[in-house]
Amino acid sequence: MAKITIDRERCKGCSLCVAFCPQKILELEKATNAKGFHPASIKDEQKCTGCAQCATMCPDICIEVYR
Amino acid sequence: MKCTGSLGGVYLKTKLLMKGNDALARGAVFAGCRYFFGYPITPQNEIPTYMAEELPKLGGVYLQAESEIGAINMIYGAAGCGKLAMTSSSGPGLSLKQEGISYLCGAELPCVIVNIMRGGPGLGGILASQGDYFQATRGGGHGDYRTLVLAPATAQEMYDFAWDAFEIAFRYRNPVVILGDGILGQMMEPVELVSRPPVDPGNLDWPTTMAQGRSKRLINSLYIDPVDLENHNRKLGAKYERMKKEEVRYEEVAMDDAEICLVAYGTVARIARSAIQRAREAGIKAGMIRPITLFPFPDEIIQKRAEQVKMFLTVELSLGQMVEDVRLAVAGRRPVEFYGRQGGMVPTPKELLTEIQRLGASS
Amino acid sequence: MKKVFSRPESLADIPFHYCPGCTHGIIHRLVATAIDSLGIKEQAIGVASVGCSVFTYNYFDCDMQAASHGRAPAVATGIKRAIPEAVVFAYQGDGDLASIGTAEIVHAAARGEKITIVFVNNAIYAMTGGQMAPTTLLGQKTTTSPEGRMVEREGYPVQVCEMLESFPGVAYLERVSVHDPKAVRKAQRAITNAFRAQQQGLGFSLIEVLSTCSVNWKMRPLDALKWLEENMINYYPTQNFVNKLDKGGNNDVA
Repeated sequence: MAKITIDRERCKGCSLCVAFCPQKILELEKATNAKGFHPASIKDEQKCTGCAQCATMCPDICIEVYR
Repeated sequence: MKCTGSLGGVYLKTKLLMKGNDALARGAVFAGCRYFFGYPITPQNEIPTYMAEELPKLGGVYLQAESEIGAINMIYGAAGCGKLAMTSSSGPGLSLKQEGISYLCGAELPCVIVNIMRGGPGLGGILASQGDYFQATRGGGHGDYRTLVLAPATAQEMYDFAWDAFEIAFRYRNPVVILGDGILGQMMEPVELVSRPPVDPGNLDWPTTMAQGRSKRLINSLYIDPVDLENHNRKLGAKYERMKKEEVRYEEVAMDDAEICLVAYGTVARIARSAIQRAREAGIKAGMIRPITLFPFPDEIIQKRAEQVKMFLTVELSLGQMVEDVRLAVAGRRPVEFYGRQGGMVPTPKELLTEIQRLGASS
Repeated sequence: MKKVFSRPESLADIPFHYCPGCTHGIIHRLVATAIDSLGIKEQAIGVASVGCSVFTYNYFDCDMQAASHGRAPAVATGIKRAIPEAVVFAYQGDGDLASIGTAEIVHAAARGEKITIVFVNNAIYAMTGGQMAPTTLLGQKTTTSPEGRMVEREGYPVQVCEMLESFPGVAYLERVSVHDPKAVRKAQRAITNAFRAQQQGLGFSLIEVLSTCSVNWKMRPLDALKWLEENMINYYPTQNFVNKLDKGGNNDVA
């Protein structure tokens, strides 16, 4: 069992987490945050393994990982 | 009086014959300076040599930097930690340090910077000149800042002013420049090594000393918001206004009834003193104002004497730099004449007397 | 469930000003994690430099001094000589370290100064709008090498690790990359080792981190990581150059 949280207001939509998630369960939202970026969000939380690749690549410390 | 060879011994009141450079270095160490970063350049090499020998014995640090740029930035680091740090150089090296000095002032760091002036511009020469007056007093680096400038005229003052420089530097959190020249640095005079307690900055709340059990501290000169930067500049400006009110130093010689006032500092003041003696013997009422702080400049005493004298004669080892400050202070009320030698050439007292007589005859 | 990944303590909870996908953010996190893992947050004094990363003095939660352009190694030297028990580090870009600051970094390494330098190499001057850096690759187009860097005009790119490798005072020297999670984990180990070398009093340590600049390379962040992997590693090989950890080292140096 694992999950992540994403600070959507700090996210700049760089999509590195989306690209490096081995489960391919991250995507950019269609909505924007207050800064106008499309933040990342998790589309299938059940498949999260807590591998933390997303957090490893996130340049803005938006992601916390729980296992 | 007995004295020991190393500063490990106690000097109570000892008079020694020594070079001005050595006197300055000793004065700094007695003041508590334990961090020296420098680079060799004629005519100040006795200072780093002395520091290299003495500081390690006292648990201090002497480090020869890769350049004068390296040195001034090492000063920044050590001063940022609240240490008594000093560097010394000559004109070309001071030119390299200008950016660093601007940063030191912007970050409000105390330190002592010594310039033993030589001939310029460019590589110039190695003998004495006073061609760095503008650089020292105007702040030769970028931005609105000033450094207090002390101008010794004897080996004794080279010794005494080192202590004063550190005391002033920490009181204002600002660099202080000691502006000497190659003659002062190299000549030997008796120096009384008067012992004072070292400069004690006390408990400082700003240096980076490792954030143990407290919040972090920052040594910085960047204020990207113009509102913040204006406030910071005004804070610095207020410091410099306070220096102008409280730190002016000068000496007057035979000014009570003077009709011609010489204005000279450092080595030239010594020559002027002899010239004034000869002038008096020839019946000319000559006197001198010797600025000791070049910034802040002693405007007020010059303004006061402008009511009394017939003219001013500024004498410098340059094409005329301090004379501009004299003219500003006199504000057109009296003629301000200039006499200068350059390139390491130095006027004789007789030469100055001839000039005084020439000016007296034509006025 | 327990939290297994979060902001390191030594990184202040302040949003980064960097462009989306800028690898500075990753590298700041690696440095802060190294400081946390070695328990040296209260011994650390950092030196910020001039470039995109000028605001590291806000981002790292320890005493910080802001140096003028290129001079961080000299400022760090002044701090380390003043407070030898502090763990002193500087964070510099390629203009700061390999152009204007070349004398300072070379002599800090030559003296074996016990400081740790994090050198971020993205082959361009980013903050000032994308000019050529000493580390710009041959053929790479920048605003001041619009036809691509040419040997005849601009000479060869500077390989900092190779240049410093022979200095006896260097205790830990490694070049790493951050183009994928595996590289990032290797980079973390190297940065932590560099701080460890300082803790052990072994001498000078420097980690060169190959990085990207999406905006000035005119690529999306992911494409920039790929460009780094495919183009920079050939010329700037990721490897350890010097490692004196746990081998005794010469503690008398500097």
